[in-house]
Amino acid sequence: MQFRHKISGGDFARAGNVASAVKKILRQLNIDHSVSKRIVIALYEGEVNVVAHAYSGIIEVEIDENKIETKITDKGPGIEDIEKAMEEGYSTATPQVREMGFGAGMGLANMKKNSDSMKISSVPGEGTTVELVTYIRNHAG
Amino acid sequence: MTVCPTQAIRVRKGKATIIANRCVDCGECYKACPVSAIVVEQDDLEMIFKFPVRVILIPSVLIGQFPKKIMTSSIYNALKDIGFTHIYEVENTVDMVLEASRQYMHEQKERPMISSYCPAIIRLIQVKYPALVGNIMKVNPPIDMSAMYYREKLKVSGIPEDQIGLFYATPCAAKIAAVKSPVGEKESAVTGVININFLYNRILKFLQRKYTESDPPETDDLLSSRGIVWSLTRGEVVHSNGRALAIDGIKNVNEFLENFENEKPDNIDFLELRACDESCAGGILISGNRFLTVERLKNRAEEFKAREDDRERKLGDGYLNINEHGFLGDIGPRPMGKLDEDFSTALRKMERQRRIMCFLPGFDCAGCGAPDCQTLSEDIVQGKAQISHCLFMQHQLIKQNLLSQEQAVRIAEKIWGEERFEKNCKKLGAEDENI
Repeated sequence: MQFRHKISGGDFARAGNVASAVKKILRQLNIDHSVSKRIVIALYEGEVNVVAHAYSGIIEVEIDENKIETKITDKGPGIEDIEKAMEEGYSTATPQVREMGFGAGMGLANMKKNSDSMKISSVPGEGTTVELVTYIRNHAG
Repeated sequence: MTVCPTQAIRVRKGKATIIANRCVDCGECYKACPVSAIVVEQDDLEMIFKFPVRVILIPSVLIGQFPKKIMTSSIYNALKDIGFTHIYEVENTVDMVLEASRQYMHEQKERPMISSYCPAIIRLIQVKYPALVGNIMKVNPPIDMSAMYYREKLKVSGIPEDQIGLFYATPCAAKIAAVKSPVGEKESAVTGVININFLYNRILKFLQRKYTESDPPETDDLLSSRGIVWSLTRGEVVHSNGRALAIDGIKNVNEFLENFENEKPDNIDFLELRACDESCAGGILISGNRFLTVERLKNRAEEFKAREDDRERKLGDGYLNINEHGFLGDIGPRPMGKLDEDFSTALRKMERQRRIMCFLPGFDCAGCGAPDCQTLSEDIVQGKAQISHCLFMQHQLIKQNLLSQEQAVRIAEKIWGEERFEKNCKKLGAEDENI
């Protein structure tokens, strides 16, 4: 089952809407809340990244019996040095963005921490794609 | 039906019914219903006379809702006339709650801690924010602390336990549920519950009669200025060390927790969350104006403060051991709205639900008897409703010859009751309203 959501860059007031919608879905699917908590945190970070850095983006969530795959694709400046961007505390956010409580440089690191696998590809000047996979373990019963 | 924060209400055969495991007893429906269809059950007052010793525990908001010219002593007199032998205020043990809270905050490192004061909030977290149950501060709220304290005190004074009836004057439905089916607590020390609006009428009636001040009923002087305002908004946060927020009104709390689950804000140590606007002064069974109630209680607290020393009265002078009785047991999650225990079945139902949503109008008219389109789609995949319950879909189905006009009428009558379709001038805004 797939969900697609659009996000517009710079719209901080709506950052978190996708995470909330997905959270509701995971709750209905009776997914253990320790698993859904990780997914929602990673998704929220991804959502904020798009809002903070890109012009627009699409979040696709695909749920099957074993795993939840999230693909976040944006049109934006891209990431020059992915390895550096992964470091905790590294941030290119403007002071204004930081003032709003975003841009602490924890986004990508947090996403990695809260997913089972993460792939990033980026073309500077064009955009970034982040793919996350989280396995659902506790649904055997 | 549409005000329910957990979509627990459905209309069937013309009557609103509440789905028990979704309901958090917040009372929003009681406040909103134009025809008083929602009732709050209480224990029969006659029940108190089974006990020779009849204790009433009154929350400070009971006093606060009366105008200032009605003295506390007159209210006590009225309660004595109604039949109570001992009158204690619920918030008398607030200093013990404070002590237990500090201990708990010191021992438990989870942050922020969410106050356990409001039972509707505890239930809301259990059903809607199960990931946050670990953040609830498991400290007994004042009503439980006081009930245990006074039961013990009376027992020690030589009264056999079976002769003590301990009653609670409740300002809301949530506290009733908390006493009748307690969460995280083995058994409540409260014998029964009397609704405050019922007592309010009885007290006013008594005060209208001519009466002479009789001997005051049994009471004590444990109440502090801290206790008087404890049940009001910010009553708890003012004692918190560190960063603390107070949020009242279930809509506000819902909105806050929704965002909070995504990204926990940093460094908040304590959250005071209350279901009612203006906290307990806005309880659904409080008859007085909630803003005036807050004003009177704040004034009362000031008066107390002027003549009390700053020391907190601690540790229940031997009648209550905080380490033993101050804390709640486990509070587990009670998640609502899961489509199925089995994941693949749930996934299939979810797919179907989303397909159904493509057809429903999406403006939540509630004509189907469910509060909104998404809830109807959920009910449909759970086999509790049909797509033909939707008034909009009925038009589509009739157009496609899949449903007859007569069938559509019968469906609507089944949901709303046949009477609803007859002329009725007694409804609000009609010719003979309220006659």
